[in-house]
Amino acid sequence: MATLTLTQVRKSFGATEVIHGVDIDVAEGEFIVIVGPSGCGKSTLLRMVAGLETVTAGEIAINGQRVNEREPMDRNIAMVFQNYALYPHMSVFDNMAYGLKIARMPKPEIAARVAEAARLLQLEPYLARRPRELSGGQRQRVAMGRAIVRQPAVFLFDEPLSNLDAKLRVQMRLEIKALQRKLGITSLYVTHDQVEAMTLADRMIVMNEGNAEQIGAPLEVYERPATLFAAQFIGSPSMNVLPGEGAEDGVVLENGMRIPLGRPVAGKVMLGIRPEHLVPDADGPLAIETGMSEPVGAQTLVHGRLTGSTAECVASLPGVHRESDLPAVQRYAVPPHAAHVFDAATGRRIGV
Amino acid sequence: MEKRVTFKGWLLPLLLVAPQVAVTAVFFFYPAGQAVWQSLFIPDPFGLKSQFVGLGNFEFLLGDPYYRASFVTTAIFSSLVTVVSMGVALVLAVLADRLIKGSGTYRTLLIWPYAVAPAVAGVLWLFMFNTRVGVVAWYLGQLGYDWNHVLNGGEAMGLVVVASAWGRISYNFLFFLAGLQAIPRSVIEAAAIDGARFWTRFWTIVFPLLSPTTFFLLVVNIVYAFFETFGVIHTITSGGPQQATTILVYKVFADGFVGQDLGSSAAQSVILLVVVGVLTVVQFRFIERRVHY
Amino acid sequence: MAGGAQSGMVERRGWSLWLTHAGLILGVMVIAFPIWLAFVASTVTQPEIVRPPMPVLPGDQFFENYRKALVAGVNAPVAKMLMNSAVMALGIALGKIAISLLSAFAIVYFRFPGRKAFFWLIFLTLMLPVEVRIVPTYEVVAGFGMLNSHAGLILPLIASATATFLFRQFFMTVPDELVEAARVDGARPMRFFLDILVPMSRTNIAALFVILFIYGWNQYLWPLLITTDPQMNTIVMGIKQMFPSGDDIADWPVIMATSILAMLPPVLVVIFMQKLFIRGLVESEK
Ligand SMILES: Nc1ncnc2c1ncn2[C@@H]1O[C@H](COP(=O)(O)OP(=O)(O)OP(=O)(O)O)[C@@H](O)[C@H]1O
Ligand SMILES: [Mg+2]
Repeated sequence: MATLTLTQVRKSFGATEVIHGVDIDVAEGEFIVIVGPSGCGKSTLLRMVAGLETVTAGEIAINGQRVNEREPMDRNIAMVFQNYALYPHMSVFDNMAYGLKIARMPKPEIAARVAEAARLLQLEPYLARRPRELSGGQRQRVAMGRAIVRQPAVFLFDEPLSNLDAKLRVQMRLEIKALQRKLGITSLYVTHDQVEAMTLADRMIVMNEGNAEQIGAPLEVYERPATLFAAQFIGSPSMNVLPGEGAEDGVVLENGMRIPLGRPVAGKVMLGIRPEHLVPDADGPLAIETGMSEPVGAQTLVHGRLTGSTAECVASLPGVHRESDLPAVQRYAVPPHAAHVFDAATGRRIGV
Repeated sequence: MEKRVTFKGWLLPLLLVAPQVAVTAVFFFYPAGQAVWQSLFIPDPFGLKSQFVGLGNFEFLLGDPYYRASFVTTAIFSSLVTVVSMGVALVLAVLADRLIKGSGTYRTLLIWPYAVAPAVAGVLWLFMFNTRVGVVAWYLGQLGYDWNHVLNGGEAMGLVVVASAWGRISYNFLFFLAGLQAIPRSVIEAAAIDGARFWTRFWTIVFPLLSPTTFFLLVVNIVYAFFETFGVIHTITSGGPQQATTILVYKVFADGFVGQDLGSSAAQSVILLVVVGVLTVVQFRFIERRVHY
Repeated sequence: MAGGAQSGMVERRGWSLWLTHAGLILGVMVIAFPIWLAFVASTVTQPEIVRPPMPVLPGDQFFENYRKALVAGVNAPVAKMLMNSAVMALGIALGKIAISLLSAFAIVYFRFPGRKAFFWLIFLTLMLPVEVRIVPTYEVVAGFGMLNSHAGLILPLIASATATFLFRQFFMTVPDELVEAARVDGARPMRFFLDILVPMSRTNIAALFVILFIYGWNQYLWPLLITTDPQMNTIVMGIKQMFPSGDDIADWPVIMATSILAMLPPVLVVIFMQKLFIRGLVESEK
């Protein structure tokens, strides 16, 4: 068990800086998920922690010890790769045992550790097989096993589930979570899948273009996104964003509609409302021209456009609604607690 | 193409390349440099000193009727070897490709002569055509043809061509068969449905689609005929009669080791070097283009 | 289109199928004929050969001729020449594979001063067969006192970079994550090389070994130049030395037995390692 601290960590490839000063404090046994779109620098950050990339500036510390200059093996970490990176010519047993052999651990102890990991991961029947004789899920488990046997201070995962099919992904997600709880090892987990992030994380880090936009518990990020980016990236379907202007009791949208929020707002802003928070209400302030509707089972997604503007909106209504049942223009209420206001220039959250 | 992930350090990699650098420097670059250097000198008759003659050796060679004759001989020899070995191989490959079952068996039966050294091939063919004991020569005699490659330059050329082409058929067969099997069946079937008969199909569809293989083999076979047939020539004719089978490589050897004319031999090496260079460039150009198809 | 559509030329039924087989069998027979004849000659007596036409079926002198060749030979026992050939072929194959693996590992997995230059230097060696630089190479080998030695037979033929390119090609296809996983597991460069890269390359190594073994075994000009001592002759070049100079009649049965022995090892390699052989051939020509 260990803590992991990143202080103003930066990374440049040649002249281009791809990580712009990231601070993270990971407590003992905590499961942290880094989530963000492709190319935002998640892998780079993780690989710096692993020691596979040099740190351009800043400090990485494990248990309070600076590790910037240490080789991966001297950092007491273990990593699970996206494509598993199993040694194709070694058996499952040898794959898991390889790191221990290099560390010159006595044979009986290696055998005991591998057996324990195999038991945890239900890999016992496959120990003698080669990786190519395993299914995707089993390979994934071997990669996990290779990390577990080392009993590291920190686990690092780089999109470990993205090569699995949807059903297996859900199953392995649960297994990883259960395993991490049981072993209590501090973990850093990278994904671009926000559902994975929401379900796995104790706290998550939303990354965008090399910056940590927000760090917080999943529901906290969901309910109080700190930036427009975090607001739109987390949640599906994505949050509606309507440009507008501040007023003394709320926001005035482009088309002149006045949305009362019960508090004064100033300057050019973006008003964010999650689709599930739009409540049909004949007296509501928001008028939307109804377009297509998509029944997805328990809810219906109603697409539309704000009247007198080009802004697209989605409302998620409970129950089944047919297009023909909906009025051509539907009015919606906006509960003040569900309205998020962001500065149009900086994208930062304004107010509560 | 470069690896993104590498190890640190520079001493270890230098140690790792050291053996190859050493061997290549001593046994490759130094001798190749020497060949170029020596080509600019003529040793005096006692072999004590040598005199700088600039491009004199080259000038002499290009004016030398024997050297020019050797060029012509090489051209004839390598064209014949290439055409004979590729022609026979193509016919056999087309036949084998017609079979659904059994083409693997024929492949096994046809590829092993590749492993027979050119020099050994030379001995085998020499034995068949030997003027005293050769079976084929004897039967030719029964038919009224007096075979004697020891005296007849044309016959000598024919014999070294056949002996050189023989071992090469395997190689060409292998590549032609692979090329034929890589042609999509649907293309040929479409032509068959269009009513094209076997020969029409072969010349208008199969052969053009096979042209990358053919071109590749053409270059490889010419290089083979230029350099690797030394053993055949040396065992069967030793370049004779009257230098009728003295190809360029054989002449480098004969002038350098038998005649001890180092300057001329070195100049000949340099000329050969240019020939290989051109062939290699042609080949690389072509392969590059093929990759872009 | 009845009758299966996966064959090359579509129509091959009835007599056309038989013609195809007939053509191929004829081809096989013509190609095998010289070797059959050599084999027959190696099993009969000298008088049977010098009075043409010689028989076309094997005689009863098989053991006698081969024993005579192996034990006595003409200038040197063929057994000795076989040994020399084996040493040379194995030396070339293993030596070239070893130095090529090491240097390919270096150029793919490290960045070091002179890397580009090294790359281009070895590229140049691809272009020059040994035949072109024989005289100066001979002088170098003579200068090292390596005439009539195994080292002299082997080293100059190792000096080419085909194998380095092949291994480089293969190493480039090994996923980066494997190196990283090994680093996380604590493997240092040589450990990664020996435990992971070399075992993963074993099919390539084997294919290349087959090709290089045949290449080394079949060398002619080079051994001809540097082995003047019959005890150092390789079998492929030694055959020619068995012919008498002048008008004497050659000992054909022994010479033919030697020829068969000379082709046997590489032919067996090709037949029994056909898959690797074809793979090696195709890859080394890429
Ligand atoms: N070795 C490198 N050299 C130059 N640029 C690089 C290198 N590695 C990554 N980058 C750049 O750094 C940025 C971040 O890359 P990174 O791999 O961390 O993204 P990611 O968030 O993991 O994306 P993905 O979800 O697609 O894996 C990208 O713009 C990428 O092009
Ligand atoms: Mg990534």
